[in-house]
Amino acid sequence: MAALTESAPVDRAMPAARGRRSPYPAWFFLPAAVIYGVLFLAPTFASFYFSLTRWTLSNSVFIGLDNFVQFFREPFLVQGLVNTVIYAVLTSGLKVVIGMALAVLLTSNIIARGYLRSVVFFPVLVSTVGVGITFTVLMHPTQGMINEGLALLGIKGPGWLTDPKLALISVALVDVWKGVGLATVIYIAGLVAIPKDYYEAARIDGATKWQNFWYVTLPLSRPATATVITLSFIGGLRTFDLIWAMTKGGPGFASDTVASVIYKQYQAGFYGLSTAGNVVLFILIGLLVVPLTMILNRKQGHE
Amino acid sequence: MLTAKRRTLLAGVAAGLLAMTSLSGAALAQDQVTINYLADNQPSTVASAEALIAAFEAANPDINVELETRPPGGEGDNIIKTRLATGQLPDVVSYNSGSLFQALNPTQHFVDLTDEPWQATVVDSFKSVVTGSDGRIYGAPHGTAMGGGILYNKPIYEELGLSVPKTWAEFMANNEKIKAAGKVPVIQTFGTTWTSQLFVLGDFFNVLAENPTFAEDYTAGKAKYATTPAAVRGFEHQAEVFSAGYLNEDFQAATFEEGVVKIATGEGAHYPMLTFSISNIQELAPENIGDVGFFAIPGDDAAKNGLTVWMPNGYYIPKTSQHVEEAKRFIAFIQSPEGCKIDMESSGISGPYLISGCDLPADIPPSVADLQTYFQQEGTTAPALEFLSPVKGPALEQITVEVGSGARSPEDGAKLYDEDVRKQAQQLGLPGW
Repeated sequence: MAALTESAPVDRAMPAARGRRSPYPAWFFLPAAVIYGVLFLAPTFASFYFSLTRWTLSNSVFIGLDNFVQFFREPFLVQGLVNTVIYAVLTSGLKVVIGMALAVLLTSNIIARGYLRSVVFFPVLVSTVGVGITFTVLMHPTQGMINEGLALLGIKGPGWLTDPKLALISVALVDVWKGVGLATVIYIAGLVAIPKDYYEAARIDGATKWQNFWYVTLPLSRPATATVITLSFIGGLRTFDLIWAMTKGGPGFASDTVASVIYKQYQAGFYGLSTAGNVVLFILIGLLVVPLTMILNRKQGHE
Repeated sequence: MLTAKRRTLLAGVAAGLLAMTSLSGAALAQDQVTINYLADNQPSTVASAEALIAAFEAANPDINVELETRPPGGEGDNIIKTRLATGQLPDVVSYNSGSLFQALNPTQHFVDLTDEPWQATVVDSFKSVVTGSDGRIYGAPHGTAMGGGILYNKPIYEELGLSVPKTWAEFMANNEKIKAAGKVPVIQTFGTTWTSQLFVLGDFFNVLAENPTFAEDYTAGKAKYATTPAAVRGFEHQAEVFSAGYLNEDFQAATFEEGVVKIATGEGAHYPMLTFSISNIQELAPENIGDVGFFAIPGDDAAKNGLTVWMPNGYYIPKTSQHVEEAKRFIAFIQSPEGCKIDMESSGISGPYLISGCDLPADIPPSVADLQTYFQQEGTTAPALEFLSPVKGPALEQITVEVGSGARSPEDGAKLYDEDVRKQAQQLGLPGW
């Protein structure tokens, strides 16, 4: 999975490197290759093998594809898959929209701009588990600050994390709050890089502010959008820490994602099953993200 | 993000190494043997462990005991299994007996304690739940036996003139009267998910009363929860108290600690719970300890009324320990009459001990006295299923949360649980699955 997350920038650097002879001798690459092989390649292939076994701490029995059959029979897995995709789409979508809006605001001539930028970025730096525990307290159905605030306005707040219909969305919203700062920073970098000429040309053509945004800012920040979508989509697909800190997949199985289902199998000692689950997650991320990056990079055209 | 995580991991490993070297350094300097002891982090466990260690160290100046703690429940299982796999378990480990202990493959990983002299004082019913497949005994009892039943608030019962129910129908009739009096009949605390399982797990005495061979058939894959009417009843009970509107308003978010305070202070009349929680009442609401009583989960037949019993954790010594002799001395001290007395004083009394000669004093809380009554009669206790069968599914607590909040029907819940346990049976390599 580490390889996947890093593949986006690597791909972009490739065309330049390809075709040119490397200035370094072959042995120069050896240390990195050994580390990569031992720490990434070997475990990946080992996990493919162990996903076909029922293993305990000391031995393993080869059982073919039984783990995958069992994993897909998990009654809550289908819901977990659906939840994972909902979560990934919801968080990455909101991060794009809100991140863009905040970036436009924070690149304008607003007072205390530097301070506001750091405030937006601050949640990114806080520990995810800490954020999760804090929001669990805030979202308590009767004693939480959110519902107590709503009660002052005469509104009876819902059970944010205890209502099976709301739990996943509540966690996704917290994820957005925590992660939108990173999206904003990427967008700020993207917006600042747009040459001023375009805006001048647009002004000469008599473009309104809205047209400025719609026809200049938005298309020209597509590289930033691609990065934000890719990063937050992968992050959303393999999300675990926030969900575990806030609901542990509950109530019942209502906010289970693939990652939390896998973790529960591991916790129960079903190592073969959880390894199979990781292989499924690996393939799922590959199937969704590889086409996504291809589409995003193609549309982005000549940078 | 990834690199940041890796960096913290590295820092953690480095800190761990430093801590280890400094520990062994200290031990060498004082010419002492240091043994490590891993227990769960519940306040009553820690209080008792610290008192036992202090007394043991005073009596054995050549041994230094370091206490490590772990979270209880699934997270704790994970820590134990991971540390076992990597050979990093400390010299003395406190962990569940019964099916969870069997899942660790005791014959391979733990030191045989059959021939320790103190085993003569251990009650047979405990020995059977820490015995490996080779018939040898691998553990010593840690604390007291527990009952799984219903804690009730005595002042509410007195005020409304209620009596302890012997059948489920009587229980529901009591609930109706309590609700009519404007009080909360049943406390549930799904904020701590494991607490949701009591209606199902604590009903096992009634399952056995109707199907005496259920446990063996269940292990063999022949009996299922969903197809055994007596076994489905636990799930049905849970759904009934929900649909009758008997639960506290915040039952989905309330935690175990809140539930303990609620039952002690009369914010609710009944709390289905394990009796180890009596020590939590002593800690969180000590002035109300006399207000709490206890009864077994009633079944259909008043003549067959009895309690489902849990055996306590065991103390074990991993084979990887470098200090088996010192670890054995520590365990022997805990099993001695003196150790038993220290445990009683430091952790609060929550049930009968499984060491003969370790009797409870006369002034015990009423809930413990209620619990003891079941043990003193013939045929009014039965072990929980997890002590009769190694098959226990990990998702029961999620299923009972769903059944207990109306999100899933009891029949569906029972079926789902049958699916869930199949994985455990397969992982253990049991025939018939």
